[in-house]
Amino acid sequence: MIAIVDYGVGNLFSLRSSFAALGVEAAVTGDPAAIRAAEKIVLPGVGAFRDAAAKLRETGLGELVAGQARAGKPLLGICLGMQLLLEKSYEFGEWDGLGLVPGAVRPIRDVIPAGLKVPQMGWNALRFTNPSPIFRDSRPGEYVYFVHSYYCDAPAEYVSAVTEYGAPLTAAVRRGNVYGCQFHPEKSGPVGLRILRAFSEGEVGA
Amino acid sequence: MITKRVIPCLDVRDGRVVKGKRFQGLKDVASPVELGRFYSDAGADELVFYDITASAEGRRLFTDVLREVAGSIFIPLTVGGGINTLEDFDRVLKCGADKVSVNSGAIRDPSLIAAAAKRYGSQCVVLSADVKRAGGGYHVFAKGGREDTGLDAVEWIRRGEESGAGEIVLNSMDTDGVRQGFDLEMLEDVCSSLSIPVIASGGAGAVGDFITLFQSLPFVDAGLAASIFHYGEVSIAELKRALAAEGIPAREV
Repeated sequence: MIAIVDYGVGNLFSLRSSFAALGVEAAVTGDPAAIRAAEKIVLPGVGAFRDAAAKLRETGLGELVAGQARAGKPLLGICLGMQLLLEKSYEFGEWDGLGLVPGAVRPIRDVIPAGLKVPQMGWNALRFTNPSPIFRDSRPGEYVYFVHSYYCDAPAEYVSAVTEYGAPLTAAVRRGNVYGCQFHPEKSGPVGLRILRAFSEGEVGA
Repeated sequence: MITKRVIPCLDVRDGRVVKGKRFQGLKDVASPVELGRFYSDAGADELVFYDITASAEGRRLFTDVLREVAGSIFIPLTVGGGINTLEDFDRVLKCGADKVSVNSGAIRDPSLIAAAAKRYGSQCVVLSADVKRAGGGYHVFAKGGREDTGLDAVEWIRRGEESGAGEIVLNSMDTDGVRQGFDLEMLEDVCSSLSIPVIASGGAGAVGDFITLFQSLPFVDAGLAASIFHYGEVSIAELKRALAAEGIPAREV
């Protein structure tokens, strides 16, 4: 069973539906026992980093999820859920993340040419920079759906895919059994479903 | 490189698509789920569902349909029509919408944009405006284009962006239904300086109109159309191929 962590942030309808369409057993849950019992964890999230990090702290779910990941359980962060995996975010201040992947979250405005719009909203192509089992069924150049104003500035060894938006922006990270996608696989058509399937069914441990 | 988006819009009344002709391999053209899937398979980058129902019963049918669409088609879904309050946002977001489009509701209560952006994030708030030439400029019309609000379109859109709208749909009433191309002049005048994504609507009659739109106005991110897709005059797959052949970044499936 896959636990989709419900900590009161974002719309989990599509994520749950995507796993259902794949025939993968997944539950949206904020119950610590269910998260501990799950084989794999998905950490979703949209909105502001500060609010999401605060909710993870208040509910204790951040600590629980981080502990499970450190113990080796596969974890996939999606969109803001990926950004929360990093050490810090500089979104309207300076906030602590879960620290499961080295690096910081920074405004894309700082690295892209003026004239490009923020957020990056729409379909952009993936370029793979390091092997990651969640992309076992993906091909370079496939399009996925992005909506983001901040990006994960992580050491190159942890970046598994980038997308070009005036500059190469981190599209996916991996550190052992911890994975992150900046894009929304649950909104990226068949390409996205293949990525979710690879995470669900594949060997994605450390 | 981010692609230019092609977005079909489906008008839904009492849970059924209002327009549509026969498509090859599609049994029920009036089914939002069937037609949505057909468009998605052809390469639509998003779908817009516009609820033109007036009754409470129709609204319930709409959300049932939305849930079914969102449960089976995994591309971004925008919902519009009858969005007047935060409760309306809540109602459609719970059924799987990713973005919510406000039009007359924001004119009646301009604070709705900021309130929704605060609660759900800007990425989820789309400001849609029906715009027509008037008084030497452009006015915003309400109630499906029936009422001139007297609001200056440039001012209204700028306010919308400042209030936290994450995207703008600009529908030209002057070119809507004419099928002679998008209203390039109006789009340039009203939204060339916005820093959020712009979706052009109204006037598409052929593949070439999308090519002209994206080549002439680099700040336009997406083109929206309804009838040319529903009546099968332009297929989305064909349109995507034509864009790519012109060197316009497009996602082909």
